[in-house]
Parts: sequence; C-alpha cells; structure tokens
Amino acid sequence: MLIQVEHLSVLFGRGNHTFHAVRDVSFDVARGRSFGLVGESGSGKTTVLRALGGLMDRIAHVQGDMKLEEEVLRGKRSRAFRRRVQMVFQDPYGSLHPRHTIDAILSEPARVHRLDRIKDRVVRALEEVGLDASFRFRYPHQISGGQRQRVSVARALIIEPDIVLLDEPTSALDVSVQAEVLNLLMRLKREYHLTYVLVSHNLAVVAHMCESLAVMKEGAVVETMSVEQLRSHTSAQPYTKQLMTASLGYDRAAIDSFEEF
Amino acid sequence: MNDRPLLVVDDLRVTYDTPTGIVRAVDGVSFELGREKLGIVGESGSGKSQTGRAILGLTDRRGRVDAERLEFDGIDLTRAGEDTLRNIRGGRISMIMQDPKYSLNPVMTIGAQIEEAFTIHSNAGRREARTRTLEMLDAVQIRNPERVYKAYPHEVSGGMGQRVMIAMMMIPEPDIIIADEPTSALDVTVQLQVLAILDDMIARRGTGLIFISHDLSLVASFCDRVLVMYAGRVVEQCAANDLANAAHPYTRGLLDCLPRLEGGHDELPVLKRDPAWAAAVERRADSG
Repeated sequence: MLIQVEHLSVLFGRGNHTFHAVRDVSFDVARGRSFGLVGESGSGKTTVLRALGGLMDRIAHVQGDMKLEEEVLRGKRSRAFRRRVQMVFQDPYGSLHPRHTIDAILSEPARVHRLDRIKDRVVRALEEVGLDASFRFRYPHQISGGQRQRVSVARALIIEPDIVLLDEPTSALDVSVQAEVLNLLMRLKREYHLTYVLVSHNLAVVAHMCESLAVMKEGAVVETMSVEQLRSHTSAQPYTKQLMTASLGYDRAAIDSFEEF
Repeated sequence: MNDRPLLVVDDLRVTYDTPTGIVRAVDGVSFELGREKLGIVGESGSGKSQTGRAILGLTDRRGRVDAERLEFDGIDLTRAGEDTLRNIRGGRISMIMQDPKYSLNPVMTIGAQIEEAFTIHSNAGRREARTRTLEMLDAVQIRNPERVYKAYPHEVSGGMGQRVMIAMMMIPEPDIIIADEPTSALDVTVQLQVLAILDDMIARRGTGLIFISHDLSLVASFCDRVLVMYAGRVVEQCAANDLANAAHPYTRGLLDCLPRLEGGHDELPVLKRDPAWAAAVERRADSG
C-alpha cells in the first residue's frame, strides 16, 4: 500500500475542553488510485487530509499511525515527503498570494526544492493545466476562479509529486468550470500516474473521481465502500443512505423521513 | 389560484457604467410571477441575483435600473417613492439571503431582530410581537424557541440561522419572497429540511417565491417553473420538472457537465459557449 492510515485521531485542546475532531480513522490507498473522503461540514474529512499532509501536528494532538510506503509519518514532514505529497486547497481566492504574480507563485516551490530550469518548468506547468505563458506575469485577481484553481493545480504539480491531496478542489466553482477542472485532474492522474486523496461533500464528484471512499460523520468513518457499492445504492448504513437520498434533490415526502444521526 | 400576477417584470435592465465600458448585468429580462415557486438559475455573473435585487430596489447606487414595466400588485416600482418602497420591502416583498452569518445582525438577539421585522410593518405592541415571534420560531421547527429567542446569531448553527432568517422574512406575511441562494451554505440534508419548512409555509399562505440558485437539480426538483439566465438574459424558460428536456444548448451544457453518481469515470462533456447565446434569444424565452 502506498498510503496507510491506522487508528488516526486528532484532538484539539486539553482536559475538559478536548475536542475530538477525528476519531480512530483507518484506510489504505493503493498507488495510482483515488480515494474519496465524503461527509458533511464538521465531519472531520478535511482534518484527516491535513493530518496526512502534516499540517495538523503543530496545532493539534495527532495520534495513530500514518505511513507512506511503510515509512511512518510523524511531526514535521521531510523535504522528501513534501516533494512527493502536495495539496490543492478549496478556495482559489484564499490560497494564492494576492501580491505575487503567477510566475512567483509557481517558481517558489521549485526553488524550495532546488530544481533547475525554473522558468521552463513554470511554462510547462502552466501548459499542463491549459494556460498559456501569457499568464505568468498576471496576479491572481486578474484571472477567473477556474483559472486560479488551474494555477493551484500547477503549483502542486510543478515539483512532480506522486500523491496529491485535494480538499474540495471544485466546490467554489461554477458547474461548467468544475467539469473542466475535474477533467484536468483525471487527465493529469492518467499521464503522471498520480495517487489522489480527495475530500468533498459532493457524492457525485467523489463517484466520478474515485474508486473507493470513506463516509465520515462526527470525526469517525461510518463506512468504507467501493464506488460500485455507492452507485448501486447498496450501502449498509442508514446515514449513507440518507446522504444519497438527499443528494438526489428535493423530495418533500423523503425529507419527512430524515433522521438525526 | 389568483389569475392576476403578483409581479410583472417587463424588459428589466440593470447597467453599470464602469471605466472599461458599460456592463449590462441584466439585459432585458421579462417574466410574471403568480402564487408559485419560480426558479432563476444560471452561473455566477449571469445576472440572476441582480434581477432579484433590482425588483426590491436594492441595486447598488452605481447601477441603473430601467424597465418597461416593473409592477407589484398594481404599484409601479420604478416610480414608487422611497416611502412606498420601504413599506413594500420587508413587508410585502421580502428577501432571504445566502449566508445567515452575514445577513443577521450580530449584536442583536434573534428574538429582537424578528420582533423588529414584525413591529416595523404593523401596529402591534411589544407583547404581541413577542408572542408572534415565538410562534414563528416554533413554525420553522426550532425546538426550543425561548432559548433561541434570547440567543445571538453566532450561538446558532448555519441551518438554524437560516430558519431564523425564514421566520424573520415570513413574519410580516409578505406576498412575495425572493430567496437568493438561501441554502447554498448548508449541508445537503439540512438544506432540504430548511427548504421543506419554506415550502410548507409559502404553500399555506399562498406566497409567491422567486428562488435564485446555481443548482439546477435542486431547482428542477423544488420549483414549479424555471428561468435559465445567461449573460443577463433569459435564454430559456420551462416547467421545472421538464428541465431535464431543456432545448437550449446552454441549459443542456449545464446539465450535461454535472458528474453523476451512476456515471463512470469518463471525461465530462464541457460547456462550449456560443457568443450567439447572448444575442437575440428573447424570442425563444417569450414563446416558452
């Protein structure tokens, strides 16, 4: 297994004020696969992703084992880890430096990882995500939301990682732009044999992108299932079933049968 | 059913004069609203929110609103004075905005805000306002109205905040509610529960609803009728349950580019925009 998460818990605060954001979460992701984490807000899905990326250790208590090819991940991640694992965040408005040009935004990771031919890499990374070289000297506010998310993807890919952690990569986008970004992510995955861990509240997006997924609720995994199980509505868990019913649209009668979980 | 429409909008235009030229945010929109749920869908920038705001006279001061006719219950809204508008706004036509975090007053208790919405548009005394407010909180299925009455907006969840918003907007018993992405900030199950409350209330009172949303499948399942907007114009209108058979390539494109639960991992069809959509499309809308 490329990624193994075993009994992961993330706790904020201490003593009586401890908040259990993630409770005993375990899953595996094989190389070249996409794994989805779905759930409603506050379910802990993003926290799992951030813990995997090493972004939680300084602000919370992370327990359990996370492994990348059997190597245990703990505390501050190594440069080698960062070279292999990159993240794309939800909000392309908030995750790109507003006063840096696209060129500066894309050059920085390449420089951090001491890569050569940075200019060529920037141009190529832009090309990969369907933007021409004229975008290099623009600022984030001068381009559209979809283009910004393409830049975020380019920034993650410029150092040639093999794992990309995606946190709601299309939630802030219009559906037509979402389709373009999802197609882009699928193509890049095929071409570079990437492995994805994708967080989304949208079951259809996860079904489209992933082979397997975990449904989360209140920090815990309710159910881990294959996308075939999701598609054929053969979930064993009432919570998952309700989530699926809800994602089909407004049905006045069905809403009365909704339960609190 | 009342046969006279509640609202008549004819050739509504909202234009902004910017340093880079004139922006036609709304470019000749016409429709009538009865006691029904009318959905307006479109992508960001299509003019759907600007349409809703223009009806209530909430367009930014820099924008200009023109219309052949903008008539509510026999009142010409384009000529109405600020006093008349103030009576209509919140009293007879009210608006539910997207995010309760930003649209509720953070330094006023929930009870006081709802009471204010009621007393401004009636001669009721304090005691009656309080009773009606508690009844309203109960009607939007808040289990402990007394507690929420005393709470501040930051002390309640997003779903509850939006129910408070609905209570506040329904309490003066308006004829029309304009809801601009009222549930887009909520989780999907909470979203549907909040919509069910709104649905039941407007059905009971015969309120007309303009439901502005980017979510086509939600609008198709929730509304009676849909207008599809693109570049400030209505490119198509149809019965909501007929949206799946939409004819306009823009509407088709929006429907087709959605990933589906049952679909495979294949490439999604991408919307190809045709400049012709933004021109000479009103005829189709009128005949629909």
